[in-house]
Amino acid sequence: MMKDIQPVISVNNLVAKYGEKTILDGITVDILPGEVTVILGGSGCGKTTLLKNILRLYEPFSGSVKFWGEEILQMDENEFSTVLKKVGMLFQNGALLNSISIYDNVSIPLELHTKLPPDIIDKIIRVKVNLVGLTHALHLFPSELSGGMKKRAALARAMAMDPKILFCDEPSAGLDPLTSAALDDLIKELKKQLNMTIVIVTHELASIHRIADKLIFLDAGKMLFYGTLEAAMKANIPQIDTFFRVGRF
Amino acid sequence: MSCKFVNSVLSFEGELTARNLPKLMVEASSLIGKNKPSMIDLAGVQAIDSAGVAYLDQIQIQFASKGILLLKGSTPETQAVIDTFTSLKLPLPIPVAKIGFFESIGSSVIEAYESMYKAALLASEIYYWSFVGLFNHKGQRKGSLIQQAALLGSQALPIVALLSFIIGFILSLQSAVQLRNFGANVFIADLLAVTMVREMGPMMTAIIIAGRSGSAIASEIATMQVTEEIDALKMMALSPIRYIVVPKFHAISVVMPILVAFSIMVGMIGGGIIALGYLGLSLETFLKRSIEIITLKDLVVSMGKSVVFAWVIVIIGSYFGFQVKGGAEGVGKATTASVVASIFAVIVLDAMFSLLYL
Ligand SMILES: Nc1ncnc2c1ncn2[C@@H]1O[C@H](COP(=O)(O)OP(=O)(O)O)[C@@H](O)[C@H]1O
Ligand SMILES: [Mg+2]
Repeated sequence: MMKDIQPVISVNNLVAKYGEKTILDGITVDILPGEVTVILGGSGCGKTTLLKNILRLYEPFSGSVKFWGEEILQMDENEFSTVLKKVGMLFQNGALLNSISIYDNVSIPLELHTKLPPDIIDKIIRVKVNLVGLTHALHLFPSELSGGMKKRAALARAMAMDPKILFCDEPSAGLDPLTSAALDDLIKELKKQLNMTIVIVTHELASIHRIADKLIFLDAGKMLFYGTLEAAMKANIPQIDTFFRVGRF
Repeated sequence: MSCKFVNSVLSFEGELTARNLPKLMVEASSLIGKNKPSMIDLAGVQAIDSAGVAYLDQIQIQFASKGILLLKGSTPETQAVIDTFTSLKLPLPIPVAKIGFFESIGSSVIEAYESMYKAALLASEIYYWSFVGLFNHKGQRKGSLIQQAALLGSQALPIVALLSFIIGFILSLQSAVQLRNFGANVFIADLLAVTMVREMGPMMTAIIIAGRSGSAIASEIATMQVTEEIDALKMMALSPIRYIVVPKFHAISVVMPILVAFSIMVGMIGGGIIALGYLGLSLETFLKRSIEIITLKDLVVSMGKSVVFAWVIVIIGSYFGFQVKGGAEGVGKATTASVVASIFAVIVLDAMFSLLYL
């Protein structure tokens, strides 16, 4: 075991609530660099909530979240935005801006955060859109795309700034198996070529087998398990065994 | 981060990333000048991102015509990033066709013509189903006539009342001073009655209803269109026009004349305050003169006009609702467009109706 690897994200005793309702009740976990970490759990158990609290889209009730060893919950907006520029997020339903084309959606972070000349930005946009296989849809609007295409376009936008960490909320939900497999291949490729750290919420058993380095199991606000797939299968935790037997939640 | 240009070898050192690139590009191009690099040395590059790769691609394209340019010395990590993000193998961008000035005028004329045609088609369908719906309620939402009448009509009552009162008040206030100069105080009643009945009552009410109910109709239908509810209705073998529009059409045809009558009365009260309070008319004279000046023709035209306005508002609202394009943001556009178009239509129609008095 290599004990001295610095975690990219460390979450410590994170508690998240909506009003009085506690959704996450003390989550502690380290996300390691260059790994694909899959978050698993039943629908409504708080997977999206966990991602959003880690990224301060919701302020956690208590606990600590560190990115590269730095506590982010106390950061002011400026400090935190330098962290955010190194992080990409693919939202559950894409969250593309509907009033502008795919090309413009991908260009937003590049134009607002960098001083790069237009022809360089243009190249970057085309490369990113090509990576997700949407070159033919470059100038279409989100409303002209199918669900799977929207997800892929959103992935291109999340990738625009070459993030070091990529969060994906159910990227393959609602996609056909082929598209979903292609997305997994892309994620594996990104991990291998760019040494990217990826945190991903998914229910697809096939997908987990293909991409997961580590699993996080959430249930009733607690983390039941963190570790590799093999360890999960041997862990003798009833909920996890059920998941692997039935194939999904 | 720096770069060197020695023996036509361009070499970079440090991080070739989006943050450093703007400065670096200036530095490199001044070093290169008019010479042509034969090789790019990446041995000193510690990190590279897609912006850096795009820049390397750009240099390669720039000098490609003068012979092939080699990259050398990149670490496996750097090379992996280059392989992932290179744009050199991308399909060429398809140039977007520019539309000329006259072409764009032409196409917008055609578009306007087509939308008139479609609106007329929709209107005829609405009239047909509304007529059928008078005798046969099948395929309409149950109990929706009363609900729609309440929604479109009675909820607009307070705002119609308030605005009509203010209009009547302002009208007589502005005229009162002039009439008084001529000692023609008593004519305030005539002026007020004719203006409210012929013009202000129907038009003010129609504009309020266009803003309130026309927009509601457009956004309701547009939302249903965007969320595939319209398609779902069609698949249940229901006509969306019959199910959604006809109840509104019936409701508004009944409610609008009532609102207009109400508006006229409240307007008269607003004006009456000035007539009685400022010009010193007696209540009896005011009422008598008002009633005498109004002819049957005035009332018929006024009520007829209000029904026509109501129809136009429903038809335009539904038209923009059904025509919605795009997702959620299309709903907003459809709503705005429907309000602008129906207020425009109401005013133009009102002008046409005034020809009846020539
Ligand atoms: N904005 C919100 N306000 C209140 N409750 C919420 C909100 N968002 C989610 N919840 C609740 O929190 C729980 C977890 O939601 P979520 O994290 O979206 O689940 P999932 O694991 O399916 O992503 C659910 O019970 C949901 O009802
Ligand atoms: Mg979720």
